[in-house]
Amino acid sequence: MKKNTTIPFDGTPEQEQQLRAVLSKLKNVPGGLMPAMQQAQDIYGYLPKEVQVIIAEELGVSLAEVYGIATFYAQFALYPKGQYKVAVCLGTACYVKGSGEIFDELSKQLNIANGEVTPDKRFSLDATRCIGCCGLAPVMTINDEVYGKITAKDVAGILAKYQA
Amino acid sequence: MKTVAELQAIKQKKGELFGAGMHHILVCGGTGCTSSKSMNIIKALNEKIAENKLESKVRVVMTGCFGLCAKGPIVVIYPEGTFYHSVKVEDVNDIIQQHVMAGKPVERLLHVEADTHEAVHKLGDTEFMRKQKRVALRNCGVINPENIEEYIARDGYQALAKVVNEMTPDEVIDTMLKSGLRGRGGAGFPTGRKWQFAKASVSDVKYVCCNADEGDPGAFMDRSVLEGDPHVVIEAMAIAAYAIGSNQGYVYIRAEYPIAVQRLQKAIDDARANGLLGENIFGSNFSFNLEIRLGAGAFVCGEETALMTSIEGKRGEPRPRPPFPAVKGLFGKPTILNNVETYANVPAIIRNGPEWFASMGTEKSKGTKVFALGGNIVNTGLVEVPMGTTLREIVYEIGGGIPNGKKFKSAQTGGPSGGCIPAHLIDTPIDYDNLIAIGSMMGSGGLIVMDENNCMVDIAKFFLEFTVDESCGKCTPCRIGNKRLLELLTKVTNGTATMEDIDRMEQLCYYIKENSLCGLGQTAPNPVLSTLRYFRDEYVAHVQDKVCPAHVCKNLIRYEIDKDTCIGCGLCQRKCPADAIERTDYVAPGHKLASMRINVEKCVKCGACMEACQKIKAIRKV
Ligand SMILES: Cc1cc2nc3c(=O)[nH]c(=O)nc-3n(C[C@H](O)[C@H](O)[C@H](O)COP(=O)(O)O)c2cc1C
Ligand code: FES
Repeated sequence: MKKNTTIPFDGTPEQEQQLRAVLSKLKNVPGGLMPAMQQAQDIYGYLPKEVQVIIAEELGVSLAEVYGIATFYAQFALYPKGQYKVAVCLGTACYVKGSGEIFDELSKQLNIANGEVTPDKRFSLDATRCIGCCGLAPVMTINDEVYGKITAKDVAGILAKYQA
Repeated sequence: MKTVAELQAIKQKKGELFGAGMHHILVCGGTGCTSSKSMNIIKALNEKIAENKLESKVRVVMTGCFGLCAKGPIVVIYPEGTFYHSVKVEDVNDIIQQHVMAGKPVERLLHVEADTHEAVHKLGDTEFMRKQKRVALRNCGVINPENIEEYIARDGYQALAKVVNEMTPDEVIDTMLKSGLRGRGGAGFPTGRKWQFAKASVSDVKYVCCNADEGDPGAFMDRSVLEGDPHVVIEAMAIAAYAIGSNQGYVYIRAEYPIAVQRLQKAIDDARANGLLGENIFGSNFSFNLEIRLGAGAFVCGEETALMTSIEGKRGEPRPRPPFPAVKGLFGKPTILNNVETYANVPAIIRNGPEWFASMGTEKSKGTKVFALGGNIVNTGLVEVPMGTTLREIVYEIGGGIPNGKKFKSAQTGGPSGGCIPAHLIDTPIDYDNLIAIGSMMGSGGLIVMDENNCMVDIAKFFLEFTVDESCGKCTPCRIGNKRLLELLTKVTNGTATMEDIDRMEQLCYYIKENSLCGLGQTAPNPVLSTLRYFRDEYVAHVQDKVCPAHVCKNLIRYEIDKDTCIGCGLCQRKCPADAIERTDYVAPGHKLASMRINVEKCVKCGACMEACQKIKAIRKV
């Protein structure tokens, strides 16, 4: 589920300048909206409302259209990610082996829900679909590190590695 | 590449290298094994080889997936064909010194059969491999996917050479028709017929597309083909293009598959550099170019019309058919779309002839099928079997059965569009038509095994949550119907549904199936219908008795302390986050302290108490 964030927007003037430069290039390219949004996400790490507004104004489309694409494709994030992106696979193979419990445990320990980030921006939590490691089910990932064949009991130990 | 002779020269040169009295150490570089750190093993092996100055005698090759992902990382050493599993960096020394230098296998890394307890030396002799037949996966785990010459050494691009030099487009289509190949992406439409329609469409521009979106959550066949043998897809798409009269292809692949994307891109670049893509292939007047398009994570984009809309750069919403893509597809031009695994069969059919292919499988489903075997089964991984293999053979012989002595309850095929096969149908030969007849479908090949600890209502709800989340919202029956259906299902798992709700659910399922715009909505109720058909008693138990027989649905379980087993240590009380455990004044015979009791009003059902009581086992779920 897509969620809006409670973390305040903290974009810098440099970022905005970069964004406007990208947008002026894509302004008249047919089908340029998606590439524009992809590049905006590269600049900011996510697509907050403030950024969507700029994209809509610059490209002369409605905010609804931008929001429509942002929410259609799972690749676009409306909230910032943490320094450590924690993700639990809720694909079928992992789900039948109890990844739901692992997700609940992470949510409890980090005290955030799906799609949220901790107030210190250290961890974000996402439920993902099959990442193709079904042989290691159930799996969770933290950034690029994959933890397979885990149980809810292992969660605390894994998180501890990332806590300062 | 201008001539077939050049192709043969590469084949011969590479073939000699393969057999030249060398040791080849194959290490799996598929996603599963990479996650289990197989790249570190490759590095360590190369270091040890350098240390012992064995460079001229031993080569380390990174390959695609061998299939036995649960036992990764996997290492296979040729010429002996010795198969080692669960290899760690610490084992590398023994592999080089003991196996390669002293010629003695490292016993502790060999696979041991679960039933006979015997060690097996060769991968091909394991119970897991014996019943398999590899056509689509023939190169996976055999060649280095990043080396085009290794593909050529295994007869790669021979089929393309034959097609452009010796066959007319009609002959190619005829061969596909005779082979009986049906689409492996879900619906099982005959591939030759699809090509025939597209060839018949008159247009200056036509497109060939490959569906590598692999949306079924819990399936990774296509990913493994692309990671392990990317050239086979390129070769097949070029053959398809020649047959229908197209010069441009697109592979639509999920962005979540970075390794597959990177290897396919390299393969495309290498093919182009070798003249196997581009202008005047093999000196003929046939030209073909191929590009990758990345998906952005939307299940509905696996549907053919939505996929084409997404390649055009829009919200990937489906559109009504007809017109079919063979008439009006990508950018309004005649287009064919086939699945990765479908393509992976094509070169072998051209090389070996349609009769060879049609000799495998059942009357109406020819060839083999790859399944991603997952869930509660010993050998999770990738298997390829002839069509018509029974579920029992897959689960018990190839899959090694259910772990921890649990009972087989059901197998789910077809992902969110499919259904659950119950235990009494385990001897059904698996092919397209049999699966439809028993209320499931082949789908792309996810096969998830469930045991007695899985609640079938919960599984149905799991899939429906998926489709509700992924419904694109364009048509009402799918957008609102599935949402309502999910609400009813949630009532069942909460224990607040009535028997009338079950009837309403069933009606709603048929309504959604009949009225939705695309395949997503038309198949979304299948998991509900099939579980209602075979596991109705579980639904009834939730509704009438307010119990979840598998103890999964949180609202319907209770924790209970057996007062005579409890020794009154109070550990559970200290672990309980809700202050829900209190001491009674009952002292069981033979015990010193009074037993504990759970206050159900306060209990939040977290299970911490049961965990705390693992030694005494006085607490259970009911
Ligand atoms: C909702 C939906 C999702 C689909 N997802 C996939 C997919 O991920 N991969 C795939 O190959 N086919 C998928 N299909 C099937 C395709 O629409 C299409 O039938 C198939 O790619 C055709 O190739 P084939 O004839 O080789 O099977 C999906 C269909 C629907 C309705
Ligand atoms: S279902 Fe979790 S990795 Fe495939």
